[in-house]
Amino acid sequence: MQMSGAQMVCEAIIAEGVKTVFGYPGGAIMHVYDEIYKQDGFEHILNRHEQAAVHAADGYARATGEVGVAMVTSGPGFTNAVTGLATAYMDSIPLVVISGQVPLSLIGTDGFQEIDAVGISRPCTKHNFLVRSIEELPRILKEAFYLARTGRPGPVLVDIPKDITVETGEFKYPESVNIPSYKPTYKGNKKQIVKAVEAIKNAKKPLLYIGGGAVLSDAYKLIREMAEKTKIPVVETLMARGVMGHDHPQLLGMLGMHGNYASNMAMSETDLIISLGARFDDRVTGKLSEFAKYADIIHVDIDPANIAKLVDVQYPIVGDVKQVLEEMLPLLEGVDPDRYQAWREILKRYDELHPQSYIDSDEVIKPQWAIERLGELVGEDAIITSDVGQHQMWAAQHYPFDRPRQWINSGGLGTMGFGFPAAIGAKKAHPEKTVINITGDGSILMNMQELVTAAEYDIPVINVILNNHFLGMVRQWQTFFYEKRYSETDLTFQPNWKALAEACGGIGYDVTTKEEFDAALKDAIKQNKVCFMNVSVNRFENVLPMVPAGGALFNMMLPSPELADSALEDKKGTK
Amino acid sequence: MANEKRVISVIVMNESSVLARITSMFAARGYNIESLTVAPIPDSDMSHITIATNGSSKVMEQITKQLHKLIPVYKVIEHEEMVEKEMVLAKFPIAENLADISVLASAYNGGVVNVGKEMIIVMAADEPKRVKHFIEAAQRYNPCEIIRGGVVAIER
Repeated sequence: MQMSGAQMVCEAIIAEGVKTVFGYPGGAIMHVYDEIYKQDGFEHILNRHEQAAVHAADGYARATGEVGVAMVTSGPGFTNAVTGLATAYMDSIPLVVISGQVPLSLIGTDGFQEIDAVGISRPCTKHNFLVRSIEELPRILKEAFYLARTGRPGPVLVDIPKDITVETGEFKYPESVNIPSYKPTYKGNKKQIVKAVEAIKNAKKPLLYIGGGAVLSDAYKLIREMAEKTKIPVVETLMARGVMGHDHPQLLGMLGMHGNYASNMAMSETDLIISLGARFDDRVTGKLSEFAKYADIIHVDIDPANIAKLVDVQYPIVGDVKQVLEEMLPLLEGVDPDRYQAWREILKRYDELHPQSYIDSDEVIKPQWAIERLGELVGEDAIITSDVGQHQMWAAQHYPFDRPRQWINSGGLGTMGFGFPAAIGAKKAHPEKTVINITGDGSILMNMQELVTAAEYDIPVINVILNNHFLGMVRQWQTFFYEKRYSETDLTFQPNWKALAEACGGIGYDVTTKEEFDAALKDAIKQNKVCFMNVSVNRFENVLPMVPAGGALFNMMLPSPELADSALEDKKGTK
Repeated sequence: MANEKRVISVIVMNESSVLARITSMFAARGYNIESLTVAPIPDSDMSHITIATNGSSKVMEQITKQLHKLIPVYKVIEHEEMVEKEMVLAKFPIAENLADISVLASAYNGGVVNVGKEMIIVMAADEPKRVKHFIEAAQRYNPCEIIRGGVVAIER
């Protein structure tokens, strides 16, 4: 069928089953937007910034497991999208981002709104394309979706010169893809799997170490089955929260810089790490030379480059976590769960010694309390997104996640401003769920224009702003490591949050007491409108436990009244 | 871990910006490129890239894996048993001892390729180590210009 390049873009999006596209028009992408106007195969959400459009597509992808789609124009439209691409890239999220480009004849001439999009996005996309002729456009669109969702998923950019969107050509959307140089490995090597099972049978202190790959490969049922069959204890990374379910007796918690005591000690003392879709990030390992010194490692990962990148691995298995576990589970029949009984008891004692805890207060709302309270009030019904900072860590530590894809945050890149647009994407994907963005007074301002988007399209996202009038995480580091020189982290000057939300068509709540918190949340759910819940929390609260950057995982700063609240320490000091 | 010189052959789909993908991966991850040659593989839609680099075995493993990860990369060969050759062109003033220069070039698998009014140009093609020796030996004839090609290698 003959059609224009712009029509081809729309037809491909429809053929891929995408129901919602997030984007922002501009000169070079106008022909595509003209076709969007004419079609009714998908809905387009006009975010108010390209970065937010990509984050929204990202949130949509994380909530569903499907490919998210964003559309932007050339030049600044594209450069604004780069943070979104990099965020998705670091967390292996499948996205297709379509950007306009100046006409072919102008490329290389420093034309108006021209920028080398494929050059800029090369290090932060799984792959990218500059379309050079109408003939190759259908194939490239097909390949873009295919590359985004297969193997280790990731964002793919398709940069389309304006003249190609106008030109007409024959459109036949390819049914299959053949890229001779791209053949991801899904099935693990059988021999390696057998060896790994032997290692599990011979281990005394094995530990399941679950990463975001477990979520991406949709392996949580098998992981729970494996844990229950073998009674091996489990730790989750930030990206894997929800895989085991918060009340699973074998889940020790989250490990790493802000992991709980039992998880970090388990990692330090284990003799066999069974890593499923995790990548030994520096926020997880702490000082590498001290990391898991007594352990052999089974590393299951779909990306061979992740294996033996940071730690030496005795049992490498390249493959999809789910498919490897399907092979592995029957072989685990012979494992005697009693074998690890002593190990489980050691870890239980560690957890009793230093449980994940905080000191609550009657005078002021503690941020941890707010998160636990959210869990009590909305719990498994909600999807939780977050921005980046203290609130993110508290959410990961204290929210009772029941399932994967319930927790959406920017783990790898740590992008402030991610949470609100990601929540918009998640809510579009799951309109029946309550979607809450747990954020801070720093992060929320980085994409607050999305209030307008959410109000216009009636996307009732609840933003719970844990407001400590600080860039809290940086302030915490300044307290601990920079002798309390609070350089540029004091956010005492604040907007009127309630008025701000209302000015953009949403609702605002100022919350200073626990009663107000409950009332505001209930009202927000009832009103079913986008809102800001401005929750004043204890100003100098610190995220604990904490492994100082570069320190060994077992050297944790544990909660004590002085460490937990730096203001208390100050009061003591001035006596 | 000892840094060793290694030669890697990368077979890639011959498409635009594939070389940029490879070099920017090296730059972004802090790997070193000592020399690099690219040429299309005859009668195919692929190109052969030869990269001389150095690093510990752990770094080499990562380089190989990261290259593999690039979508247009079809094959990566980390050479162990290989024949390695490098070409060099050198220009000397005509007043120098031409017989000596000619003998020198032929000792390194080369010869005189051009003689002009003021200059003589010779070439040599040999293993990279021997090319280095050739360049050292050429110094006594006051070369005006010496240009090295990159390494090409083939597995034995």
